[in-house]
Amino acid sequence: MTQLIVKRLLLLPVLLFIFSVFSFIIIQAPPGDFVTSYIAELASSGSSMDQAQIDALRSTYGLDQPLTGQYLKWIGRILRGDLGVSLDWQKPIGELIGERLGLTVMLGLLTFFLSWALAVPIGIISAVKKYTLVDYFFTIFNYIGIATPTFMVALIAMWLAFSWFGVSVTGLFSSEYVDAPWSLARFGDLMTHMWLPVLILTLSGTARLARIMRANLLDELNKPYVEMARAKGMSEWHLIIKYPVRLALNPLVSTIGWYLPLIFSGSLVVATVLNLPTIGPMLLRSLTNQDMFLAGAIVLIYCLLAIIGTLVSDILLAWLDPRIRMES
Amino acid sequence: MTDYRLLITTTISNMNPDNQSPLLAVNNLKTYFQLDEGVVKAVDGVSFDVHPGQVVGIVGESGCGKSVTIKSILRIVPPPGKVVEGEIRYWPQKQATYEASGFDGSVDLAKLDPRGKEMRSMRGSEIALIPQEPMASFSPVHTIGNQLIEAIRLHQKVSKKEAAEMAIERMHEVGVPSPEQRMNAYSWEMSGGLRQRAMIAMALSCNPSLLIADEPTTAIDVTTQAQVLSLLKRLQESHNMAIIFITHDLGVIAQMADYVVVMYLGRVMETGPADEIFHSPQHPYTKALLESIPTVHSASRTFLPTIAGSIPHPFNRPPGCPYFPRCVDYMPGVCDQLTPIIQPVNPKQAASCFLFSDAAEDVEPATVKSKR
Ligand SMILES: Nc1ncnc2c1ncn2[C@@H]1O[C@H](COP(=O)(O)OP(=O)(O)O)[C@@H](O)[C@H]1O
Ligand SMILES: [Mg+2]
Repeated sequence: MTQLIVKRLLLLPVLLFIFSVFSFIIIQAPPGDFVTSYIAELASSGSSMDQAQIDALRSTYGLDQPLTGQYLKWIGRILRGDLGVSLDWQKPIGELIGERLGLTVMLGLLTFFLSWALAVPIGIISAVKKYTLVDYFFTIFNYIGIATPTFMVALIAMWLAFSWFGVSVTGLFSSEYVDAPWSLARFGDLMTHMWLPVLILTLSGTARLARIMRANLLDELNKPYVEMARAKGMSEWHLIIKYPVRLALNPLVSTIGWYLPLIFSGSLVVATVLNLPTIGPMLLRSLTNQDMFLAGAIVLIYCLLAIIGTLVSDILLAWLDPRIRMES
Repeated sequence: MTDYRLLITTTISNMNPDNQSPLLAVNNLKTYFQLDEGVVKAVDGVSFDVHPGQVVGIVGESGCGKSVTIKSILRIVPPPGKVVEGEIRYWPQKQATYEASGFDGSVDLAKLDPRGKEMRSMRGSEIALIPQEPMASFSPVHTIGNQLIEAIRLHQKVSKKEAAEMAIERMHEVGVPSPEQRMNAYSWEMSGGLRQRAMIAMALSCNPSLLIADEPTTAIDVTTQAQVLSLLKRLQESHNMAIIFITHDLGVIAQMADYVVVMYLGRVMETGPADEIFHSPQHPYTKALLESIPTVHSASRTFLPTIAGSIPHPFNRPPGCPYFPRCVDYMPGVCDQLTPIIQPVNPKQAASCFLFSDAAEDVEPATVKSKR
């Protein structure tokens, strides 16, 4: 078990290196660079720059160097813990994304735990009470949850909140707390705003997970070990929780690896609609403006989250299933 | 408190010459699966008795309803299967199974709620199962010890530590080497033979009066098979348990059983003491089964002579005797019209065949022609 974790941790820098190269290449892939889009922006507002100014700008940002040189410079700074300066915002990136990152992770984790807490029991009940009213109810719920785009739910929620209660539910803070320093009151304010996006994101997450859980459990319920547990005289719920549910959880746990980063990126549209100060909308803007250092930093953080997610799911799997523990 | 409505006291069964009450009496048991395509009559009017300490072998080709019969007795028939008719009388041997002390009645298991406390207190404690697939019947993510301790503590009020000691003792008794270490092993870390021994240890853990072994040796190799069979025989004698031994292999029946029930398509074709069944089989199906046993002279096990014809699909069961399409003694106009009832053929054997008796199920009672 510890061996497995150590092995995975040793792999982490290698994976991060590979991901950093790829994300750098992808970010550089569109034609032009930050200066090109900056000039275009200036032109649209009626002003312009001469070639000397442009060249000077390019060399300050190191954009005139070959790609490998740019990459080495960038990664070198990151290794020293310096994410660089955003070309677009003219601010240190660490400062720029710190709070947003925290809020994004918080939103993601709350959504994650809530959807698991709902999906697992729903999946169990639907499977055990297959083809009953309860099962049909949850099946319909799951279809709606999966088929409705989250931004749609967000729009409906905004409209309902506005037309019924006359409140605007956008953002994560009331206006007086947006730039205030952290305090208990600010945290409380955050919570009164946070529940809605969490709920919206949970809806589709729960539906997806509950469907997987139901299907897994239906497979397990027919296995001979369930019949054997019955033949021993165990009570029905006791045996279902102890045996088939435990086995049905395995495939679900292995989804954590891709599910965690999905929550962070998947919340982008909802975050844009609800105007949430999370990292998604910032990534979008940095990509359109070719703000390469900011985009690179955010993509790298996403990769890190994906790797952590996979690590967590591997550890959980090994803990749940001795067969996996033995293999490694 | 005990629900006395469940404890229907009966007089001693008259089916039983030595005047001792049987342990189990199955009467006209019918278990059907209502599927969208039709009804599968997996068990269709099965009757047999099991006496204390007796080994009853149920034999029949694959798919004839042996497993469904014993699942019906344990009341663990998977849905949509249902016990639709018949009685499953069981005479509990433990005071603890029903708090009522000193009663000498029976319980009709067919009338109990399959998930209820009464039925659950029977399973494992009075009637234990050795399943067909020991590998798949252990949970792969729980240790053997965990599952044994659980079985013990379900019916006996002992601490975990005491249960662990009891489990180790059981494993020792069934010949599992170094049982202390096996407690922490998983089923897939053990060989097929050991796995089945661990399963037997689990079945024995609450000292059942009736052990049901459903083809316990099909999943293991031939040498280990012989060991497991002699182990079961030894345990049956030392514990004085009754065993219902299910197999499609008459050779195994000859080795194990005192009394034989021959099944075909959900019905009992013939019953009798093992000696009589092997030396003077009455029913044409029993005779055909015996002829299909490989002898020492037959070249190889792979070229088993089998009975001509195949088992009909469960949905299109022929009317009349289920065996008539394959029967060498088929009497047109009788066997394909009426369903025979099992009747005594001689003082020891009973058969369900118009060769011996005109008794038929009451569909068209008047039309039976004598054909003897
Ligand atoms: N879960 C089930 N659903 C539908 N039919 C079943 C089910 N289990 C058993 N049967 C049917 O019952 C019949 C008897 O099966 P079984 O008792 O398992 O035979 P065997 O004598 O080989 O143990 C078969 O025709 C089988 O198709
Ligand atoms: Mg079977």
